[in-house]
Amino acid sequence: MAAISNPQLAEPAMLSRLMGRPTAAVGVLILIIIALAAILAPVIAPYAPTKLSIASRLHPPSFAHLFGTDDLGRDVFTRMLYAARTSLSVGFAVVIFASIIGIVLGLASGFFRKLDAPVSRLIDAMMAFPDILLAIALVAALGATAFNVVVALGIVYAPRLARVVRASTLVIRELPYVEAARALGVPTPTILVRHVLRNVTSPLLVQGTFIFANAILAEAGLSFLGVGISPDIPTWGTMISVGRQYMDQAGWIMMFPGAAIVITVLALQLVGDGLRDLLDPRLAKDI
Amino acid sequence: MSVSVTREGRQETPLLSVQGLTKYFPARDGRIVHAVEDVSFDVRRGSTVGLVGESGSGKTTAGRAILRLVEPSGGRALFDGIDLFSLSARDMRAYRQRLQIVFQDPFSSLNPRMRIAAIIGEALDARGFPRGQRRAERVAELLTLVGLSPDHASRYPHEFSGGQRQRIGIARALAVEPEFVVADEPVSALDVSVQAQVLNLLGELQKRLGLTMLFIAHDLSVVEYLCDEVVVMYLGRVMERGPSRLVYGFPRHPYTKALLATSPVPDPTRRRTHVPLHGDIPSPIDPPSGCVFRTRCPEAIAACAGVVPPVEAIGGGHHVACIRHHE
Repeated sequence: MAAISNPQLAEPAMLSRLMGRPTAAVGVLILIIIALAAILAPVIAPYAPTKLSIASRLHPPSFAHLFGTDDLGRDVFTRMLYAARTSLSVGFAVVIFASIIGIVLGLASGFFRKLDAPVSRLIDAMMAFPDILLAIALVAALGATAFNVVVALGIVYAPRLARVVRASTLVIRELPYVEAARALGVPTPTILVRHVLRNVTSPLLVQGTFIFANAILAEAGLSFLGVGISPDIPTWGTMISVGRQYMDQAGWIMMFPGAAIVITVLALQLVGDGLRDLLDPRLAKDI
Repeated sequence: MSVSVTREGRQETPLLSVQGLTKYFPARDGRIVHAVEDVSFDVRRGSTVGLVGESGSGKTTAGRAILRLVEPSGGRALFDGIDLFSLSARDMRAYRQRLQIVFQDPFSSLNPRMRIAAIIGEALDARGFPRGQRRAERVAELLTLVGLSPDHASRYPHEFSGGQRQRIGIARALAVEPEFVVADEPVSALDVSVQAQVLNLLGELQKRLGLTMLFIAHDLSVVEYLCDEVVVMYLGRVMERGPSRLVYGFPRHPYTKALLATSPVPDPTRRRTHVPLHGDIPSPIDPPSGCVFRTRCPEAIAACAGVVPPVEAIGGGHHVACIRHHE
């Protein structure tokens, strides 16, 4: 509750305070580098991502091919940069999509007593499925496209956000400033957005960071299992999936994208941890 | 509708007449919390009525039920002749601006993410105040009215002290130009040094703007200073009510006597006789039969368990609910 109502944690101050924590600062720096690499992929990449070269297939890392080449002679470093674009956008889109569903469900169940039981049971039912299993089922039903992967993972992660929003909403709903707004005759939708949602953003941000990391991992998992994005679009997951077949002769094809996933997810977790510590007064030292 | 007699002896209908207000909350296992039970009192236009009782007495619930911030279970609240409890949610919205509330906790009563201008602006919006330059002037006016500086408008609530925040809460309530204000323990969360300032402000505003006020407090000494009339509540029921002068000067109910005895008296020569109260307030889920106060009453007799004592008029607007009041 203190995290919700603590005004010192308004957005602008938060980034600078986050950077004051060494582990979180490392996380932020890594994310900035990865994001820049993804955005600047066409500038940085030494080759075209789809340029085939049968003559130079399965070359180990060298100065010509920093991370080696794959089974079709494509430059692994180049493809990793382009894969970062897909993986990061899918992760981000999942967070946005899950947030929209999660906010609507969370506000509905937290604010309106009558909706609480049905919506909460729905959330419980969805959370009873293992994440990746539910995602596979949804993608299998919808079809394996990037958009459907986002929809499926969004549905998988929405219940977690809904729970976070619901928990905060239950607290905020009873606060006098919400009562004051009701006493003024402010319409309920306005109260929900202006008073409730605005004060839920901090815990939402923390959870969103973790979901970003999970979504990148899950997208890679789906692609690896062959139920995700089609293998000709480079994502870290599809690269590992293809590289697996050459694991014993050309380990670099899957090692480098694997490392990219590990580093990105680690960085996101570091940032998420930092944000959570910052927003949880029981753990924070400087509040 | 009941009619009360003003100081001049003129007859006048009260601005607010609460009649038989009852509020039950559902508890576990189908049991019921009797938060407020059959509470009646009048508030004359321009007067201040104090609603007093210890924690759990239902005073705050009563205040909120009148504004329909909690839905009452029964009774009537005639405000300017209209029963607020019979209005639909839509019609009630139109009445909301005529009745406002100042909250106890100055920290959670202001949205931490909104600037003061936006907080007061929301109240101005509620009464359809136009946007533009005039609006900023109105915010500045309201801040000045409650003793703050107009340039505080661009700040966030956390930049203020408790007393200042309470002033902002008062400014918000006054922004819609209400006729009736419920002040729900507006000073009990404040430092003692600041309490008097906020009380003075409320008293002054009440006179200046001709407000009618219901002042909720757990402390009789705070109420004595501000209120024309007092309603003493215990476990959801009215024990005694009447003009402050009579209730303070000649308390008739043992509970009022006990409350008066426990409140500090600044004058050592004017020591009140000490009536000890033992134990805690009983659970409102299972209130005692008959008189709810009998379990802690120093004057209780066997007959007290039999009937709920009616609130009887004993002259001069003084009412008491005790079967032994005439002894």
